[in-house]
Amino acid sequence: MSHHERPLSPYLSIYRWPITMTVSILHRATGLALSAGFVIFCAWLYDAAAGAESYTQFMSYADTLLGRLFFIAVSFAFFLHLANGIRHLVWDVGLGFEIKTANASAWFVIVFAIVMTALFWWARS
Amino acid sequence: MAEFRLPKNSRITKGQHFAAASGASNLRQFAVYRYDPSNGGQPRMDTYDVDMDNCGPMVLDALIKIKNEIDPTLTFRRSCREGICGSCAMNIDGGNTLACTRAIDDSKGRIRVYPLPHMPVVKDLVPDLTNFYAQYASVKPWLQTRTPPPPDQERLQSKQDQELINEPAACILCACCSTSCPSYWWNSDRYLGPAALLASYRWLVDSRDEATGERLDELEDPFRLYRCHTIMNCTQSCPKGLNPAQAIAETKKMLVERKF
Repeated sequence: MSHHERPLSPYLSIYRWPITMTVSILHRATGLALSAGFVIFCAWLYDAAAGAESYTQFMSYADTLLGRLFFIAVSFAFFLHLANGIRHLVWDVGLGFEIKTANASAWFVIVFAIVMTALFWWARS
Repeated sequence: MAEFRLPKNSRITKGQHFAAASGASNLRQFAVYRYDPSNGGQPRMDTYDVDMDNCGPMVLDALIKIKNEIDPTLTFRRSCREGICGSCAMNIDGGNTLACTRAIDDSKGRIRVYPLPHMPVVKDLVPDLTNFYAQYASVKPWLQTRTPPPPDQERLQSKQDQELINEPAACILCACCSTSCPSYWWNSDRYLGPAALLASYRWLVDSRDEATGERLDELEDPFRLYRCHTIMNCTQSCPKGLNPAQAIAETKKMLVERKF
C-alpha cells in the first residue's frame, strides 16, 4: 500500500468557515479586484488627459449600469481592503488575537466596507 | 498552487445506512467518512442511527458505541477519552476538534464526522500524520544549550519566565490546528503549520534555551513561517484553547526585532 494511493480527506467542501477565514479570503479577492480596478482607473486618467472627446467616450462606458456596478464593487473592495489592512497592522504588533476580538474585528471590517461604500455613493449623488 | 477539488480517488460516494434496532425512540444520526484500503474502493459516507437513551454524551461515546454494537469495521484512534492524549482529533460538523470533548448535544440534526482535513487517509477516520510529526521534529523541540549547567542544581527559571512557556507547552499535538489551516492544506510540504510553529515558539521564549538565534534562522523563510496569513482557523479550532496564531505573530515580531 503506497502512500500515494491513499485518498485525500475532504477539506474545503466540508469545512465550516469561521468569519475570520471569510474575511481573509475577501481580503485576497478584494486585493485582486483592486488591481483590475487600478487598470481601469489608469484608463480613466489617460482618457481625461487625452482630451474631451476620449473622456466623453470613456464616460459613455462608465456611466452604464454595468459600469456603475463595476465602480461600486471596486469602491467596496477599496474600503474592505483598507480596513482589513489596518486590522493586519494591529495583528503585526501582536494585538487582537483572542477569538472574540478577532471575530469582532472581522465583522467590523465587513460592516465598515458596506457603510463606507453606501456613504461614498450617497455623498456623490 | 491551490487545488480546490479532491483527486479522483478521494471523491466521496454514498454509503450504507445502518438503521437502529426497532424500539429505540431517541435517535441521533451520525454520517461517518469511511475508507477501506483493503478493497481499494472510493471513500463513502455511512450513516448510523444511534440510540441516545443508551449512549454517553460525547461524540467519541457514539463512535465507540457504533464500533461495539453496530459496525465493528469502523476505525478511529482514541485513548484517554478526556482531552489530553489528542488521539481522537477529527472533523465534526465542519470544525476540527477532539471527539472525546465534543458533546453530541452541541450539534443539531445529523452529525457529520470526517477525518482531519486534507490529509492522506490510512483508514476511515485515521489520517497519516507522518509529515506532521516530521515537521514537529524539525523545529528541534528540546532544550539546546551552549553553557554547562550549574554544578549543584538544574537550570532554573523565574516564575515569570515559566509563565511564558506555560500555554504553548500545553499543546497535545492533536493536529486540529494545522489541518484546519488553508495555508497548510495547500503548502504542507513547505509550510510548517501552526502546531509545529507553536512548538517552536515554546522554545524561542524559554529563558533556558540558548539556540534562539539558530531557531529564528531556520524559520526565516517565505514558506516555513511566512505562509501564515492570520486566517485564525488554528486558534478557532484548538481544543485546548491555545493560540497558535498569536505565537506565530510573536515569532514574526522576534524576527523583525532582532534586526534592530
